Amino acid sequence: MSIPLSLSVNGKAVTADVDERTLLVEFLRHDLALTGTHVGCDTAQCGACTVLVDGRAIKSCNVLAAQVAGAKITTIEGLAGADGTLHPMQAAFKECHGLQCGFCTPGMVLGALDLVAHHPHADERTIREALEGNFCRCTGYQNIVKAVQTGAAAMAK
Amino acid sequence: MGANETGPIGQSVRRREDQRFLTGAGQYTDDVTMAREAYVYFLRSPHAHAKISGIDREEARTAPGVLAIYTGDDLVGVNGLPCGWLITGTDGKPMNEPPHPVLAKGKVRHVGDPVAMIVAESLHQAKDAAELIVVDYEILPAVVNGVDALKPGAPQIHDEAPGNRCYTWALGDKGAVDAAFAKAHHVSKVDIVNNRLVPNAIEPRAAVASYSRADESYTLYVTSQNPHVERLLMTAFVLGLPETKVRVIAPDVGGGFGSKIYLYAEETAMVWASKHVNRPLRWAAERSESFISDAHGRDHVTHAEMAVDKDGKFLALRVTTTANVGAYLSTFASCIPTILYATLLAGQYATPAIHCEVTAVFTNTVPVDAYRGAGRPEATYVVERVVHQVGVDLGLAQDEVRRRNFIRTFPYATPVALTYDIGNYDATLDEAMRLADVAGFPARRAEAAKRGKLRGLGYSSYIEACGLAPSNIAGALGARAGLYEAGQVRVNPTGGVTVFTGSHSHGQGHETTFAQIVAGRLGIDIGSVEVVHGDTGRIPFGMGTYGSRSLAVGGTAIVKALDKIVAKGKKIAAHLLEAAETDIEFADGKFTVAGTDRSKAFGEVALAAYVPHNYPLDKLEPGLDETAFYDPTNFTYPAGTHICEVEIDPETGQTSVVAFSACDDFGNVINPMIVEGQVHGGLAQGIGQALLEHCVYDRQSGQLLSGSLMDYALPRADDLPTFKVGTKVTPCTHNPLGAKGCGEAGAIGAPPALINAVLDALAAVGVKDIQMPASPHRVWQAIQAAKSGATVAA
Repeated sequence: MSIPLSLSVNGKAVTADVDERTLLVEFLRHDLALTGTHVGCDTAQCGACTVLVDGRAIKSCNVLAAQVAGAKITTIEGLAGADGTLHPMQAAFKECHGLQCGFCTPGMVLGALDLVAHHPHADERTIREALEGNFCRCTGYQNIVKAVQTGAAAMAK
Repeated sequence: MGANETGPIGQSVRRREDQRFLTGAGQYTDDVTMAREAYVYFLRSPHAHAKISGIDREEARTAPGVLAIYTGDDLVGVNGLPCGWLITGTDGKPMNEPPHPVLAKGKVRHVGDPVAMIVAESLHQAKDAAELIVVDYEILPAVVNGVDALKPGAPQIHDEAPGNRCYTWALGDKGAVDAAFAKAHHVSKVDIVNNRLVPNAIEPRAAVASYSRADESYTLYVTSQNPHVERLLMTAFVLGLPETKVRVIAPDVGGGFGSKIYLYAEETAMVWASKHVNRPLRWAAERSESFISDAHGRDHVTHAEMAVDKDGKFLALRVTTTANVGAYLSTFASCIPTILYATLLAGQYATPAIHCEVTAVFTNTVPVDAYRGAGRPEATYVVERVVHQVGVDLGLAQDEVRRRNFIRTFPYATPVALTYDIGNYDATLDEAMRLADVAGFPARRAEAAKRGKLRGLGYSSYIEACGLAPSNIAGALGARAGLYEAGQVRVNPTGGVTVFTGSHSHGQGHETTFAQIVAGRLGIDIGSVEVVHGDTGRIPFGMGTYGSRSLAVGGTAIVKALDKIVAKGKKIAAHLLEAAETDIEFADGKFTVAGTDRSKAFGEVALAAYVPHNYPLDKLEPGLDETAFYDPTNFTYPAGTHICEVEIDPETGQTSVVAFSACDDFGNVINPMIVEGQVHGGLAQGIGQALLEHCVYDRQSGQLLSGSLMDYALPRADDLPTFKVGTKVTPCTHNPLGAKGCGEAGAIGAPPALINAVLDALAAVGVKDIQMPASPHRVWQAIQAAKSGATVAA
């Protein structure tokens, strides 16, 4: 059974009919071709699929598209400027080498934005604890922590 | 260390690939879509060991959306998956090499063994149809532990491998070792288990396979570290197709760590089926599928003994290992516990005699193959655990016992077949001790004790053989492939340079590092260099990325191609400048007549090569496009010392890594930022193995108990400390970059440093042994056992 869905994705109004089983991540990747949101696991552990729903970081593999009707969604594609200028958090990840293979990166960046919204001056321990829901297998997290600190400072300016 | 977009070699140039990764524009395999694509789902064995007496797929065939269902019997003309390295046993016979069918034939041998392939219009339909397939299993007893599998009466997994033995293989002079033990002052002994790991790259394996009737060709997008090797193995050994008809593209790949080197059943079956279904086919593993189908790592059980004299000088090392290779031989499974393991048992020490015997054994588990470090972490764990034990037994400080045995004269031929070209092990030990503030440790330990906590310091002085390596030597040792790398440098008419490399980047940053080399050597802007990798349709035949080889071997191939570019450029410049070729010098992007100010810029020479109006056409071909294949003359030998500091809560057994210091010698470094990132990542995986990660099978049923990220503990951000890292440099003597390789060092050095630190901390309460991972449960049990005077359980 398909159901009608209206929501905002990266500032654009979207309407679609979706199968009721469709997960938000499937809707983003398949229906909207926003493939920057990744799927890394099947138990909501890895965080690669993290997006912002009304400003809150959520794991889009763990919510049905139908559940976010009317919401404002931000994916990794929605952060940089139209001219390609990186958001300060994205720029910080590049500057601090907070990514290697790039697969966990979209989820990390969006998770970091949620963190900064709640803890603009978070210390290292707080950042490490807040990143618990996002796995990275490449970086050992050290440069991600540095990137979050650097990005937070740039956003505060 | 500032952002420098033009800086050449040795600078922390920010990565060029980051823009697409940070904006969601990366193109990973599962992001590739094609018109009319269909979905693939694999039905897998729920049993560890069973005969298949029948498969009924009639109902599934007519289920909605189903296009095809294939089982092993349908794959007519499809051979089994090959193993790329032949090991010859101590009995002089080749290893037992049972068939590895793409889809199970008659029997399943591990949980996850693929039994049927379902193709449907949607993934949901494929999964629904899979539930309608009835497989008649006759369940057999299973064995999952390597030592158990060698016992008389153990379940037999393959008819071709009596006693489940793949091979027993040995290296070293047994007579010399026995003689040394006979006169030893003391013998230190360790019994160790190198725990089985699941690689868990965050991008699951995936494939998109399509067939074109127009030219009877196939295109495969796949999560691979080495697309040309994938194509060669798939076409020549399994499917019997001409290589020219198969294009393999490994686009952006989300981490590999070894697990994406191999030719797997899924993509092989999909390429075959794409012609039969005549639709593009797509598949992506779910994480739970990764756990039961990606090749695992490690899984050794080892007894090691070090004979020493009264001064703590090592006289001989004797090692016996049982290596669990799983249910089938994966692509490089056979060489990991042999060629890449026993050859590293000298470590950094001048131990005069070493003997190692390895028995590789089949079990009802997922195949085991290379995982970050591949054999070398296992060897380092043996050496550094037994060296630690020597220090404890003789009452020598851990740095002192190492210093008394370091190799200091190079080149050094070890008793286990390698020749180290260069190193300075005192320098890396000294620097690691400075970073770790070893001098301040007693005060930190005393302070912790006041809080009721146990502090320990653990050392690991590792060596690894990287940059795999001379093809002729590898061939003599059983390799069924070459180990060179290819690089092509194409100078475009307007002076931009396209570099085609056979090695593959899946996080390592080749697009930046290789561009730095080219820009630095040609004296051109890094922005005009483009690096292409991962597509057999574009790159020359190359062996891909594994064994920390990309810079030392792949980078050198590019340097060799650059040398050819410069040599040809000199000829062109000589003509344009009306000078003798021998008088032309090339520096800073200019060809200059020596001793004059007459010069031609690199771009002018490039243009002349493609618009050869004024050009020595009688002597020289137009164009400026050169390819080089580089086959190294030796391995490279990165080495270093890692020092781990732990604090243990004896009430709970909780171990915290409070500090980790690493000083490594990777030879010359092109991009320090990227190298440091590689070290961080390696350390995280090494600490993960020693503290958290543990792949556990039920010994009775053969079920995988740690089969999800909820059961298998990957390191999270708050499990790890801020690492202190440093480098010392002795340039590699046999490649022009002087580079050694850095990708695996952390995963190699960290585990023994951590466990030695745990043992150092627990010595105060009488604990003498612990196995990886040092989980709270194990540590607590060890403390309780020591308190009650019982033997510590492994």
